[in-house]
Amino acid sequence: MSEFSVIGRRLPKVNSWAHLTGEARYADDLFPPRMLYGRLLRSTRPHARIKRIDVSRALAHPGVVAIVTGADMPEKMGIMPSTQDETALAVDKVRYVGEPVAGVAAVDEDTAFEALELIDVEYEDLEPVFTIEEALEREDVKIHQTSKRANVFKEVHLSFGDLDGGFAAADHVRDDWFFFEGNTHAPIESHSAVASYGPDDKLTLWTATQVPHYLHRELEKVLGLPRSRIRVIATPNGGAFGGKSDPFGHEFAAALLSMRTRRPVKITLDREEVFYAHRGRHPVKMRIRTGVKKDGEITAVHYQSWLDGGAYASYGIATTYYTGALLTVTYRIPAYKFDGVRVYTNKPPCGPKRGHGTTQPRYGFECQLDKIAEDLRLDPLDYRKRILQPANSRTVNELRITSMGLGDCLDALQRATRYSERRGQLGRGKGVGLAGSAYISGAGLPIYWNEMPHSGAEIRIDRGGGVTVMCGTSEIGQGSDNMLASVAAEALGILPSDVHVVSGDTSLAPVDLGSYSSRVTFMAGNAVKDAAMKLRALLFAAASEKLEVPKKRLLAAYRRIYDRDDPEKFVLFADAAVLAESKHGTLVAAGSYQPPKGIGGTFKGAGVGPTPAYSYQAAVAEVSVDLETGTLTVDKVTTAHDCGRALNPANVEGQIEGSAYMGYGEIIAEEQVFRGGLHKKPSLLEYKLPTSLDTPVLEAIVVESVDAEGPFGAKEAGEGPLNPVIPAIANAVYDAIGVRFDETPITPEKILDALGKRDRRGQPKSRIGPDGLNGGKSDPKNALRRLTASTAARERKRMS
Amino acid sequence: MLRLPRFRVLSPRSYEEAAQLLREHGAGELDRSRGTPTLRIMLVAGGTDLFPNMKRRQFAPELLVSLARVRDAAGIQQNGQLDISAGTTLTAIANDPLVRERYTALAEAAGVVSTPQLRNMGTIGGNVCLDTRCNWYDQSLFWRTAEGFCMKTNPDVVCRVATSSPRCLAVASADTVPALLALDATIHVEDADGGRDVPLKDFYQEDGIRATTMRPDEVLTDITLPDASGWRSTYLKLRDRGSFDFPIAALAAAVRHDGGHVSDARIAITALGSRPMLVEAAATPLIGTRLPDEVIAIAADAVHKAARPMDNTSGTISQRKRAAYVFAERALRSLRAA
Repeated sequence: MSEFSVIGRRLPKVNSWAHLTGEARYADDLFPPRMLYGRLLRSTRPHARIKRIDVSRALAHPGVVAIVTGADMPEKMGIMPSTQDETALAVDKVRYVGEPVAGVAAVDEDTAFEALELIDVEYEDLEPVFTIEEALEREDVKIHQTSKRANVFKEVHLSFGDLDGGFAAADHVRDDWFFFEGNTHAPIESHSAVASYGPDDKLTLWTATQVPHYLHRELEKVLGLPRSRIRVIATPNGGAFGGKSDPFGHEFAAALLSMRTRRPVKITLDREEVFYAHRGRHPVKMRIRTGVKKDGEITAVHYQSWLDGGAYASYGIATTYYTGALLTVTYRIPAYKFDGVRVYTNKPPCGPKRGHGTTQPRYGFECQLDKIAEDLRLDPLDYRKRILQPANSRTVNELRITSMGLGDCLDALQRATRYSERRGQLGRGKGVGLAGSAYISGAGLPIYWNEMPHSGAEIRIDRGGGVTVMCGTSEIGQGSDNMLASVAAEALGILPSDVHVVSGDTSLAPVDLGSYSSRVTFMAGNAVKDAAMKLRALLFAAASEKLEVPKKRLLAAYRRIYDRDDPEKFVLFADAAVLAESKHGTLVAAGSYQPPKGIGGTFKGAGVGPTPAYSYQAAVAEVSVDLETGTLTVDKVTTAHDCGRALNPANVEGQIEGSAYMGYGEIIAEEQVFRGGLHKKPSLLEYKLPTSLDTPVLEAIVVESVDAEGPFGAKEAGEGPLNPVIPAIANAVYDAIGVRFDETPITPEKILDALGKRDRRGQPKSRIGPDGLNGGKSDPKNALRRLTASTAARERKRMS
Repeated sequence: MLRLPRFRVLSPRSYEEAAQLLREHGAGELDRSRGTPTLRIMLVAGGTDLFPNMKRRQFAPELLVSLARVRDAAGIQQNGQLDISAGTTLTAIANDPLVRERYTALAEAAGVVSTPQLRNMGTIGGNVCLDTRCNWYDQSLFWRTAEGFCMKTNPDVVCRVATSSPRCLAVASADTVPALLALDATIHVEDADGGRDVPLKDFYQEDGIRATTMRPDEVLTDITLPDASGWRSTYLKLRDRGSFDFPIAALAAAVRHDGGHVSDARIAITALGSRPMLVEAAATPLIGTRLPDEVIAIAADAVHKAARPMDNTSGTISQRKRAAYVFAERALRSLRAA
C-alpha cells in the first residue's frame, strides 16, 4: 500500500468540472457592467517609421470613447529587465506586420472595428530584414539602434574543458548542420484582457497570462501607477504553452483605456492577432561537431546556434543561452563549447514555447547521435545507455545533476516497444526511431535579480475543516491548481476536493514567479508543502493532546488524524482544526521556496541552465512513409518520462501525451513562415495543427526517480516530454527510407525530393538539410526580390 | 474576434421567389461604396464558406437571400436517374445508402468535405458553387490591406500568384465537383423567367474570378445524375490533415465494366487549377481494356499533364502534381473488375 493517501492517485483535477461544463470563467467570459470593447490597430508594414498618427476621424466616429497610441505609453518594457526594447504600442517605428500601433475603446465590437479604419497612419517604409543571414550582414539597416554588429541582438560564447584535446583524442568526428523551423503555440483560447480602473483609483486587470507577477511589475513601469494600486488576476488560460508569458500591448492598452474612460475595457485578440503576438519557437540554424572514441564515448562537443529572434527581445537572451545550456545534462561530455547568436528580423517576436530553447538543439543532437551510432555500428538505445551522465554529478558546464532517470526511461521504452529488435527490420517505408532528452524543473534564477522566494504560498484552515490555499501560480490547463490542492491535502490528511485554491491573484496570493520553465510543481509545490507542514504541526499538537498519543505516532489521511499504531484512535480533521484554533489562534501559515545555491556555475551566462532538478525523458516513434505521395504517417509515439514522482499519474500522462502531440505537430507540419513580411498562414485552417484524426497513438510511461528535493519527490512533466519526440520521428523516418532529415518540418515535398520523385528528373538524396549558414535551401533575398517584382508589376499595371 | 459586416437577410419560400428577389435587388451589380467593390446581393445556403469569407471582408453584400426556408429544397430521389435537390446537406449525401452503393465517388467526396459540423450545414449546391480559393485571397481584410490586395478583390491590382497572369489564378476547391463530373452530372438553374439545364462539365471556366457560367440572377436548384448501372467510381483527395482541409489535389474516376472490359470511363480532377475538369485524354485509352498497369500509366500521364497547380494553396506544386498522377493510378487500380 502506498504511504500516501492523495499523491499517486488518479483523482480528477479539482477544476475539471468547471472546465468541462463551461463554468470556468476565461477573461473573454467577463462582462463587467459598462464595459467597453477595445481593439488594436496593427502595423501593415514590416519595417517603417511612423511619420504621423491622426486619430481625429476615429474619435469623431459615433460610439468611439477613447483612443490611445504609443506616445501615451512611451516607457520601454519587456519580460527581461536587461533587454527591454519594446513599448506597449509602437512608438516612432514599427518592426513587424501586426505590431500594435493604437488602441480603440468603443461601445461595441463593430464600432471598435470600424474606428480602426478611421485612424490615419502615415508610414515611411524602411528596408526590411527577414532572414538570419541578412540580419548578420546588413550593417546598413538597423532594426534596433542598440545592435552593435549588424542586427545582432545577443552573441554568447562559453567554453568548458579541453575542447581541442577532446577533438584530438576522438577516433571519429561528426560535423552536421541542422535547421529547426519556427512555429507557434496556437493556444485554443486567444489572448484576452479586461481592465477596470475603479473609483478608488485602483486598477484591476483580468488577463490570460502565465506571469501575473512580472506583468504586475511592467504595468507599474509603463502606466506610472504604483503597484500597490494595481491588481493582476490571471484568469484560467485556455492553453498557453509559453505564448502568454510576456507582457503584451493589449494588456497595457486595455489598462490605459480604462484609466482614461473609467469604464472596464476588454480586448480579446482574434486568431490572426495571436499569430502576430507569437513569442513562439525560434527558427534556429545549428552546427554541431561531436568527437567520439571508437566505443562511442563522447570526447568533445562544439555546438553553435543562430536564432532568428523576430523584432523584439522577449525572452531571447534566455532562449539563446538555453540552446547551449542543457546539451550536457544527458550524456557525458568532457569538453564543450557553445557559441550562440540571436538576431533581430522584421517578423513577430519569437520567445519561449514548451521546451524553451532546448527543443531545437536536442533535435539536432539526438539526430546526430543516431548518425554516430550508425557510423560506429552501435544500437542507438544501448549506445545512449552506455554514455549517460550519472546521477548526483556535475556536468562540464557546472550544472548540478541530482536524480537522473534517463536510463530507466530507455529500459522502459525497450520493454514497451522492442525498439532494438525492430530497428532496421520493418521493411522499406516503415521505421522506428529513438531519442532522449532532459528539461529543467524551473529556472534556477528569477527573471529579475532578487533574494526573495521564487514561490510563496499561504494556507488558511476554517472552522469547518475547509482549507484555502493561496498561491500566485497561474493555471494554464497544466493542472497547477490541482497540484496545489493535492500537495496541501496530502500534507494535511484531507482530500483535494476539500481545498479551495486561490491562484494567480497578485492581491490575494503570495508571489509565485509564474507558470513558465516548468517550475510550478517543484517550486510552488514545495512552498505549499512548507506552509501545510507548519499547519500540520499545529493540528498534530492539538490532536496529540486530545488523543493522548505522542505526536510522532500521529498520521493524517482521509480527513482524520490518527494513531499509527491504532488507527481506530483518531480525531476528525474538522475537530482537530477547532482544537488547534482554540489552542494556537487563527490557523494561517505561509510557506516559501527558493532553489538552493550552488546548483550552477558562477561565470557570466551561468544563470541559464541550473535548476533544482532535471527531468529526463525518451521517446520511440513508429512511422510509415507513402513512397509515392511522400505522405508521412506517424503511427505511434511512446514516451517514457522521469517526473521524479507522479503526484497525479493521470495528469502526468496527460502532459506527456500533450507534449508528444505538440512535438509531432512541429515536425510533421507546423511552421510560422512568411512571404515578404507577411505571415503566410495566420489561421487555424492553414496553420496545420494536427487534428485528432491525424494524431498517432500516444503511449505515456511514467518513470519515477523520486527526487530528494522535489515535493514528495516530484519533478516537472509539462515540457520535457516534447523534446525527444521530434528527433525520434526524424530518426524513424531515416529507418523507414534511409534519408536524414536535418531540417524541420518533414513535409511530403521534402520526402519526394529525397526519394527523387519531386519531378521527372529527380535524383534520390540521402539527406535533406542545410549545408552552412548561407548554404540553406532558400536564398534569403528571394522574398525581397519577389516583393519588389510584384510591387513593380502592380505599378506598371496601374500606369497602363 | 472578427465580426460580420452588417447585412439584411431575405428568406424566400421558393426558388421562384428567390430568383425574383435576385432580379429585384439588382443581382450582379457591384457596390463600390464600401472599400473594395462587392456584390450587392448574394445567395446563402449552408453559409459554411460564405460567412467566414464575409468576416474576412472578401465580400460584404448588404443583402443575403437565404435558401434555408425554401420548401422541398433537400432530398434525393431515384427514378432511373438520380435527382439531388441543391439544398441536400453533404452529410445526407455521404450517408445515403443508394449514393454510397451506386455513386460511390460522390458519397466519398461529400464525406471528406471539411468537418462533420460543416457537412451538417453545408449543401451540395453550395459546394458546387464554392468560391475559388487562394492563399493571397482567403485572408483577412487586415492581411490583404498589408499586402495591397489582389486581382480577385481589386481589379486595379495584379494577380499575386503570377504577376504577369492576365487572369485570376484562384483554385477550384470543391470536393464533390470532380465526383459529379465523373458521374456525368447535369445541373438545373433557374432565374425569374424560367430554368435551364447545364451539363456540369460546361458549367466551369478557367478563371478564378468568374469561375462558373451561372449568372448572378440564377439559382442552382437540382443536380441530376444518369443511371449508374455497371459503373464503379471512387474519389481520392490530397489534403494536409484528416479533417478541415480543402483539397489541394483531388481526382474522381468512374469506370463502366462490360464483360470484364471497360466500356466507358470518366476521370475528373480539381484543386489543380482554376477549373475542375474532365480529363478526356486520360479516359479514352481505358476503353476496351481490363485496366492493365501500362494503360493506367498512360491515363496517369494524361492526368499529370492536365494538372496545372500554382503556388497558392498549402503543399507544393510538385507534390500536388505528383499526387494527381498517383491518385489516377490508385483510383483506376481500385476500379478494376473483381
